[in-house]
Amino acid sequence: MADARSDILARIREALTVKAPKPHFKAEATAGQPVKVAKPWLPDGGETLDASLLILAEQLAKLKAVLIRVPDEAAAGQAVADLARAKAWKQVAYHGAPLVRPVAAALPCASWEADASFEKQKLEGCDASITSCESIVAQLGSILVSSASSGGRALSILPHVHVVVARVDQVVPDLATALAQLQAEHGAQMPSMLSFITGPSRTGDIERILVLGAHGPKELYLVLVG
Amino acid sequence: MSDAKQIFIKDATLNAADGDQRAFIRKALGGYYVNRDLQKARYRDWERARDAASLAKWTAVNDLANQLEKFTANFERNGGIVHWARDSAEARAIILKIAADVNAKAIVKSKCMTSEEIHLNDALEKAGYGVVESDLGEFIQQLRGEPPYHFVFPCMHVKREAISELFTKHLGTAPTDSPEELTMIARRHLRQLYVDADIGITGANFLVAETGQISITENEGNARLTAALPRIHIALSGIEKVVNRLDDLAVLLPMLATAGAGQPMTCYNTLYAGPRKPGECDGPEQFHLVLLDNARTRLLADPEQRDALHCIRCGACLNVCPIFKNIGGLAYGTTYQGPIGSVITPHLRGLKQWNHLSSASSLCGACTDACPVRIDLHHHLLHNRRNAMKQSPSLFDRVFHAGFGFVMKRPALFALGGKVFLATLPLLKKLPLPYMSAWLKTRDLPVAPPKSFRDQWKDSAHG
Repeated sequence: MADARSDILARIREALTVKAPKPHFKAEATAGQPVKVAKPWLPDGGETLDASLLILAEQLAKLKAVLIRVPDEAAAGQAVADLARAKAWKQVAYHGAPLVRPVAAALPCASWEADASFEKQKLEGCDASITSCESIVAQLGSILVSSASSGGRALSILPHVHVVVARVDQVVPDLATALAQLQAEHGAQMPSMLSFITGPSRTGDIERILVLGAHGPKELYLVLVG
Repeated sequence: MSDAKQIFIKDATLNAADGDQRAFIRKALGGYYVNRDLQKARYRDWERARDAASLAKWTAVNDLANQLEKFTANFERNGGIVHWARDSAEARAIILKIAADVNAKAIVKSKCMTSEEIHLNDALEKAGYGVVESDLGEFIQQLRGEPPYHFVFPCMHVKREAISELFTKHLGTAPTDSPEELTMIARRHLRQLYVDADIGITGANFLVAETGQISITENEGNARLTAALPRIHIALSGIEKVVNRLDDLAVLLPMLATAGAGQPMTCYNTLYAGPRKPGECDGPEQFHLVLLDNARTRLLADPEQRDALHCIRCGACLNVCPIFKNIGGLAYGTTYQGPIGSVITPHLRGLKQWNHLSSASSLCGACTDACPVRIDLHHHLLHNRRNAMKQSPSLFDRVFHAGFGFVMKRPALFALGGKVFLATLPLLKKLPLPYMSAWLKTRDLPVAPPKSFRDQWKDSAHG
């Protein structure tokens, strides 16, 4: 008996000998790149950085994520320290990125760098995490984190609060641009995890009523520097 | 009559008579309609975006063998291990073998309809593993011992009082009528289970051929935790989930969220390329992917209905279906409920047993209008009816259609039939006819014209 792989591939090839009609689509998109053609049909992400920032602010507000704009890194440190005091954080884990380290240093509470291997239980006990990100998608209000830019897989999902520190020039208009940038930067060596985070964790499983903080962070802050 | 049909008629009849439950479902979906329309309005051209989504899936499905080979080569290059399963039994055996090889005890799962399809939890539990569903809706359904009601909103039919009772019984928590407090109970309960589990099992929404990544869409963060904390990650996916290019997701991810849940984007859309890499601080040691056929190639072989494999499981067709809203998800008796389930189940499990679902439709076409990848759902229900008629017609079908054909081919007989019908029309209301009498009790028959159309035509200038 042939192995399952060759069996299934043979069944597929056999099935596809009869062609199915092609769906209706604008003639010029037949080169197999529907997304390039579809860009102007999708939600607007802004033509200029200013327009994108406006859309981003609106999206984040609807998602119940908090946007904090600050002029420089010192102000970012100040803003996060204020947050830590207001929320009475006791312990914060962070990713040791150049943008994050000074912010963590300004914290009024205990903090540790989560880039070496760590105890899962210790991370679970943290009040908040601070990470950087790959990019921010204005069109959808999504923040793209990766195992490379955000201290692995668990740091941006396990603690109850997630703070992202990013530069304004990391904002891109739309998802297509963010994905193209990823491919240009990482090529065939993608980080093992990439996640578009769109607002704090949520569920509507009970009577379709929205509740924030289902399993991931209940609060999401984006500190934009510049 | 098939067993499945008998059960379906009984359950559907009971549920359709439950006015409270129907009102509850309608209310639960009310917010979805508003949010979906708000999000659709942000698209500069929703209809054309549907064309793009449909083309992206068409391109992949109609080149499936090549794209799967490309995907699996890239997935393996990323350090993942691919397994192929012809059917449910093979898929279960593969997963059980992995669990045994890595000496697993506890398993945590995120939402995966394919695992419902192969009855994975039963198999794992029988083999002695502790299995916990981590998606809130699936967790509730697991405690209830009931399959999902809706493949995106698994427990949308359960009222908060019932959930509170369930948690009190199984978790020993105090009763509450707050959805927020109930969610927090589950959150606290499940956190430790992620930390302790040896294996995390997830599904996959898309398999990206050009990069070898799998894409998982979720709102709660439970899939991310499932793929982050346990030392082994197993993903289970149907072979049809492939897309050719990473940028296809720029159309598919937002449309999945908008069509399915009225969101701009689902909260977490995550791409996985292999297990933990050198230099990364956490993540699983092994990443397995089980690719399942389970009769998908049978559907693929039907070019007329091949587009049913474009389905991205958003659930939009269920949310708008008048039948789903009236009979509820459990009455279908299938893994995939609603219009898409009625279309594909006969292919996956046999037309003879499951063709009755093709008639569980008013053919209103709301599903086809709602589908973000333009699957011609309500016509496929008609195709299934036709195919069932060809494959195994019932005695009624044979006699009725033979008689109909006989009369239609003979104009004189047709004219006579018309006259007889006109003459006996008033009798309809008086005779005790099955179905007809109940319908006519509160309705008047239309008044028949004195002459048939054929007679009027003959008398006119054209005749």
